[in-house]
Amino acid sequence: MELSGAQILLQSLADEGVEYIFGYPGGAVLHIYDAIFQQEAVKHILVRHEQGATHAADGYARATGKPGVVLVTSGPGATNAVTGIATAYMDSIPMVVISGQVSSPVIGSDAFQEVDMVGITRPCVKHNFLVKDVTKLAETIKKAFYVATTGRPGPVVVDIPKDITAPNITVPYKYPKKIALRSYNPIINVPKEQIKAAVELLLNANKPMIYSGGGVVLGEASAELTEFTQQLGYPITNTLMGLGSYPATDKQFVGMLGMHGTYEANMAMHESDVIIAIGARFDDRVTGKLDEFCPYAKIIHIDIDPASISKTIKKIAIPIVGDVKPVLKQLLECLKDSKKKPNKKALDAWWQQINEWRSVNSLEYDRNSDLIKPQYVIEQLYQVTKGDAYVTSDVGQHQMWAAQYYHFDKPRRWINSGGLGTMGFGLPAAIGVKLAFPEADVACVTGEASIQMCIQELSTALQFKTPVKIINLNNRYMGMVRQWQEFSYECRYSHSYMDTIPDFVKLAEAYGHVGIRIDKPEQVRPALEQAFAMKDRTVFLDIMTDRTENVYPMIEAGKGHHDMKLRVALGTSTDRELA
Amino acid sequence: MMRHIISILIENESGALSRVAGLFSARGYNIESLTVAPTEDPSLSRMTLVTRGSEDIIAQITKQLNKLIDVVKLIDLADSPHIERELMMVKIKTTEQTRNDIRSVVDIFRGRILDVTPSSYVVEMTGSSEKLDAFTAAINHDTIIEVVRSGATGISRGEKGLHL
Ligand SMILES: Cc1cc2nc3c(=O)[nH]c(=O)nc-3n(C[C@H](O)[C@H](O)[C@H](O)COP(=O)(O)OP(=O)(O)OC[C@H]3O[C@@H](n4cnc5c(N)ncnc54)[C@H](O)[C@@H]3O)c2cc1C
Ligand SMILES: Cc1ncc(C[n+]2csc(CCOP(=O)(O)OP(=O)(O)O)c2C)c(N)n1
Ligand SMILES: [Mg+2]
Repeated sequence: MELSGAQILLQSLADEGVEYIFGYPGGAVLHIYDAIFQQEAVKHILVRHEQGATHAADGYARATGKPGVVLVTSGPGATNAVTGIATAYMDSIPMVVISGQVSSPVIGSDAFQEVDMVGITRPCVKHNFLVKDVTKLAETIKKAFYVATTGRPGPVVVDIPKDITAPNITVPYKYPKKIALRSYNPIINVPKEQIKAAVELLLNANKPMIYSGGGVVLGEASAELTEFTQQLGYPITNTLMGLGSYPATDKQFVGMLGMHGTYEANMAMHESDVIIAIGARFDDRVTGKLDEFCPYAKIIHIDIDPASISKTIKKIAIPIVGDVKPVLKQLLECLKDSKKKPNKKALDAWWQQINEWRSVNSLEYDRNSDLIKPQYVIEQLYQVTKGDAYVTSDVGQHQMWAAQYYHFDKPRRWINSGGLGTMGFGLPAAIGVKLAFPEADVACVTGEASIQMCIQELSTALQFKTPVKIINLNNRYMGMVRQWQEFSYECRYSHSYMDTIPDFVKLAEAYGHVGIRIDKPEQVRPALEQAFAMKDRTVFLDIMTDRTENVYPMIEAGKGHHDMKLRVALGTSTDRELA
Repeated sequence: MMRHIISILIENESGALSRVAGLFSARGYNIESLTVAPTEDPSLSRMTLVTRGSEDIIAQITKQLNKLIDVVKLIDLADSPHIERELMMVKIKTTEQTRNDIRSVVDIFRGRILDVTPSSYVVEMTGSSEKLDAFTAAINHDTIIEVVRSGATGISRGEKGLHL
């Protein structure tokens, strides 16, 4: 069978099992769009901005575990995609981004809409390719998917010059079933001795902690993590990226750790004598001041990427380079074989201590306010959706509240940009999730600033019938920025405020959706119920929340885990005048 | 801050060099020198990279280099006995009076004179980077017109080698 480059690309995607391409056309990809027009296997989702395409593909990938696929044109199309590529890169999300390039003969001549996409994206992709020969196209696509989805996942860019996809040049097509790269081997075997040593250390602990992260989600190891944790009876904390990989409603879960983690999670980390880090990368939002991080602990670190080990926290007692799922299985096996059991007396004392910290109730907030408390909205969202929704978010205070108050019991339900912290992520990501799971409830928790960064995707949501619910926690501030300015800049609220916020109800209606504005606490619950009852409509809930509310607890920059800023006294924030 | 010589076998693809160079600039690692040339297998290039850093930094550098998809294999030569060589060419101003002196310094350092004019020599010298430093230090600084150095390359001692 002889196919053109454009047909080869589409056939390769189909053979790879790709359901959706998120894209936007332009000169350099016109041959490809013509091929899209003439096939049905792969559905194309036309976004309204290339950043939206990358986030939608990313949301799809996070929810399904399958790689997201993006198609953009050269030049501005390609550069618009960069933010979304970097977002996926920082959170290790598998994605294949096809970018058009100017024709091979004019590369390097500052041709119309030429940018060096391979060069621009090099620092924020797992790998990238420039296709120079149409006979290598199918193989390159196979390589791209292989690299993106194996080992530590990540985005891969395939830059394709226009002449490679031209209809008049056809070559035989064969999509490789398997591919191997001599320079890339993602399979790692873990020696038994290391597993034994880890189990030994764990069973000798008096104040153990399990600290797990996004790697457990990426590695599909929630079941193993849960069994491992319950087998030991040890307390477990999750990073922002790990939420849902262990059921948040289980009693062994002590909440998220880090900058906005719970009091009990951070105190327990600080006092712990043995920590096992599982698919987590000791990010600075988690560790706080490095010298003061977990001063008493011996650390076991499991990660598929050797570079994650000893990158920020150097003192790792037992490094285990491997895939979480098989490693956890090995650990479980070894635990079962071990005659030694966890030290019951020490563990009881440890739990007693943790429960004391728990009783501080660090996530409590003023429930008697006449203003709408953002935490209350998330709690209601949790109840109305029975804790079973896919929740995407943007970046800011609302993101932290969603993480703290929506108790995720399942992996891949909490979908947010943690590493890059990209405002604008939430809405397109929700569209990607809804396409993957049309029957599921999908909520996008956002803020009035973030939502405006990719608001144009409301139009995509209409065209492709992805009825998501937008929960806009409208505090009339870039709340997260304002909070830092309140704490660290003596309330000089420099440009964290916009006095020209659009009428979101009208805006939603203009895009063909339902908009509802909510000003009073008692309206929250009914409005949420109404929104989720409208199964086939995208609903924009514009919720006027207490503009002075802050995220607590908070570890300020340069402080240790035991040095948390807690809410001073309940009731103070409601009447607090913002300077 | 130990000096390390990292030898890398990398796919001979366009852009491979910029992946390595980009990694160093993006992560703030220092490169003292970097050489690259194809090997006897035309699909592979060999790079020799001289860098300095603490144990922790060198460990991160080798891990990050290994993560690059195009990197096939690498070793840190500083981990075991090895031989290091660098090529240098120096153009030196000469006069009737200084010519003999310069020639004897070149002899002592086992260099060769490649080009002679009434007023200049071009001297070729190979050796460890320190030896080359020592030679330029031994020559009157004001008489040096130009120095070009290849950057260090290296190979381990014994029968083991860096290959596929
Ligand atoms: C406003 C804001 C506030 C934030 N506050 C917090 C906070 O309070 N607390 C917090 O935790 N985070 C917070 N974050 C997020 C933070 O920036 C990081 O994104 C997050 O902490 C990283 O999570 P992680 O360690 O689980 O790593 P991830 O980024 O999820 O990385 C996963 C790790 O697992 C490894 N891995 C991947 N696959 C596998 C596998 N199959 N097997 C083994 N290992 C694997 C990877 O190599 C990597 O090292 C905040 C972000 C924002 C934007
Ligand atoms: C693209 C981008 N620009 C800037 C920032 C910095 N930033 C982080 S949070 C934030 C404010 C977000 O405001 P809003 O969406 O209203 O959320 P809130 O904090 O009020 O809940 C800003 C500007 C960012 N994370 N991303
Ligand atoms: Mg806001």
